[in-house]
Amino acid sequence: MVAIPKLPEEEYLLKGNAACPGCPATIALRTALKALGKKTMLIVPASCSAVIQSLVPKTSFAVPTLNIAFAASAAAASGVAAALKMLGKDDITPVVWAGDGGSYDIGIQALSGALERGENFIYICYNNQMYSNTGIQRSGATPYGAWTTTTWTGKREMQKELAEIVLAHHPPYVATASIAYPDDLYDKVKKAKEMKGPRYIEILTPCPPGWRFDMSKTVELARLAVQTGAWVLYEAINGKIEFTSYSKMLLKGKKERKPIEEYLKLQGRFRHLTEEDVKKIKESIDEKWKHYMELYEE
Amino acid sequence: MIIDTANHIAALAAKMAKPAVIAAYPITPQTTIVEKLAQYVENGELNAQYIRVESEHSAMAACIGAAATGVRTFTATSSHGLLLMHEMVHWAALARLPIVMVNVNRAIGPGWNIWSDSNDSMGQRDTGWIQIYASSNQEVYDSIIQAYKIAEHSDVMLPVMVAYDGFILSHTSMPVDVPEQSKIDEFLPEFKSLWKLDIENPVTHGNIIMPSDYMDVRYSMNEAMKKAKKVIEEVGEEYGKKFGRSYGLIEEYMTEDADYVIIATAAIAAEAKEAVKKLREKGKKAGLARLRVFRPMPYELLKYDKMIVIDRAVSVGLGGVLYNELRWMGDVYGFIAGLGGKDVGYADIVRMYELAEKGKEGWYGIEVK
Repeated sequence: MVAIPKLPEEEYLLKGNAACPGCPATIALRTALKALGKKTMLIVPASCSAVIQSLVPKTSFAVPTLNIAFAASAAAASGVAAALKMLGKDDITPVVWAGDGGSYDIGIQALSGALERGENFIYICYNNQMYSNTGIQRSGATPYGAWTTTTWTGKREMQKELAEIVLAHHPPYVATASIAYPDDLYDKVKKAKEMKGPRYIEILTPCPPGWRFDMSKTVELARLAVQTGAWVLYEAINGKIEFTSYSKMLLKGKKERKPIEEYLKLQGRFRHLTEEDVKKIKESIDEKWKHYMELYEE
Repeated sequence: MIIDTANHIAALAAKMAKPAVIAAYPITPQTTIVEKLAQYVENGELNAQYIRVESEHSAMAACIGAAATGVRTFTATSSHGLLLMHEMVHWAALARLPIVMVNVNRAIGPGWNIWSDSNDSMGQRDTGWIQIYASSNQEVYDSIIQAYKIAEHSDVMLPVMVAYDGFILSHTSMPVDVPEQSKIDEFLPEFKSLWKLDIENPVTHGNIIMPSDYMDVRYSMNEAMKKAKKVIEEVGEEYGKKFGRSYGLIEEYMTEDADYVIIATAAIAAEAKEAVKKLREKGKKAGLARLRVFRPMPYELLKYDKMIVIDRAVSVGLGGVLYNELRWMGDVYGFIAGLGGKDVGYADIVRMYELAEKGKEGWYGIEVK
């Protein structure tokens, strides 16, 4: 077991919750809640986390939580934030905790509206790159080539970049994070908590049943995603992008990106990929990094 | 006494109820409500957060978020806006949040039609919202004030929709008596929520619920809706004592000795009153029971031998919405009329009465003329 000294001992995600073994969402939420602390209200749309909470009348969330319909979380959070302001309690942070389905796809309108209005809340998207709660269907975040139960032969389109779409709304804070780098995740949530306005954090959360890998390898997959450059860690304060943690070392040339095959071969969802497919994925990652390098050099 | 449109009166009533959070999206013919409220907030007359949401789905979601945090909320919509909101309309009621919403009745497209039609709100009949239909601008004002008191009552804790006809009321000026703010404050004290998100008592609301518990929740809603009948009457009576205008679930007019009692809502009911006068002049014993409250349905008050139900809403494949809810009660004749704003004057209602006397019913102006 690895100890992370900076994480507070208080637990707001309780034991005995209903998550699958090896679930990355619970790792992400546990870490995020440690950074957020007691003065937090969670707004959770339909997602695996609606299940993880456990059944009425029990809950595994030790902060007040409002479940809300799939498309509605950013709007509901806007309402919570407005009410808190009127009650003089804006030291409490409303936090949306939504999956990529609720963020990239069905919830993007409400998210965009809330960002544009400058609502005072944090939106955290835990991105497992599919609709996992309904049983592994394709989402706007599903990467090219991935098997899902609605793309049996592999998705033929590239994923969209929600964090970049969010950035185009000019919010004060945008960050990407990974469960394999909990200190980085913790710092980002903590930083977001100290700010005002709409703040967006997206966490890559590799899902064992959805990505088809062994439940003991969740963190390893998350780490490989960053080390191969398939997932990047950055933050943008008032639109200024700075890479963080391992991605920063990659950007500065202090580390080399690992071959993408190392990441892909561990996942059953990519088992059927042709050489052509792998080439395409590799090129898209290279292209992305070329863009980052240009940005960095500027 | 002021003279203004129902929409401006609705905005004024909402302002005087002092909601802390308003979230709304403009749609014809509701638009002048949200414009007026934006003015009230911006010029400081109303201390509230006004969330200018990007859709009606988000309007209701924001009201749900705010009400769940323990404050009074208001929204207004119409037609397609209400339909887009439908998922959250259910959610608000199941979450037992006393949100108040105005719906300006308007037809549903295609083709685009901005005129009066009750299919939008009557299509929400199974959502668990109390529905009040107003027949005049005065009633729009009075009903919105009362709506909060009803919704927030501990026996009820259900959202309330106040509905009225697009243009016929929404854009028509009428004189309205507006009480002083201090009197409204006495009638409607500050909102004390029965449940809210609270960091000192971190409860999870709305997580997964098993079938038997779910059925209990539905049962409790239905019980609350039953209790709401008494609460609506009490609140209407208290309002009458304070402001001189009492309200109940229905308003009866010349029903005591009536051969046929016309059942209608909203503006058609106002027109039906004129029709009853004309019919009485002709020596016919006509009566009117204006249905002010559609949910909870006060069917136990509609104990008349013969009823003529006029619907401005149709359940396609079944018939008039109201008619089909009441036809089991006996000798009931149903007319569908005025859809999409087609004019229904008192002469039409007189004609419907005479058709019913001959045992006829149906789509007025098409099947029966």
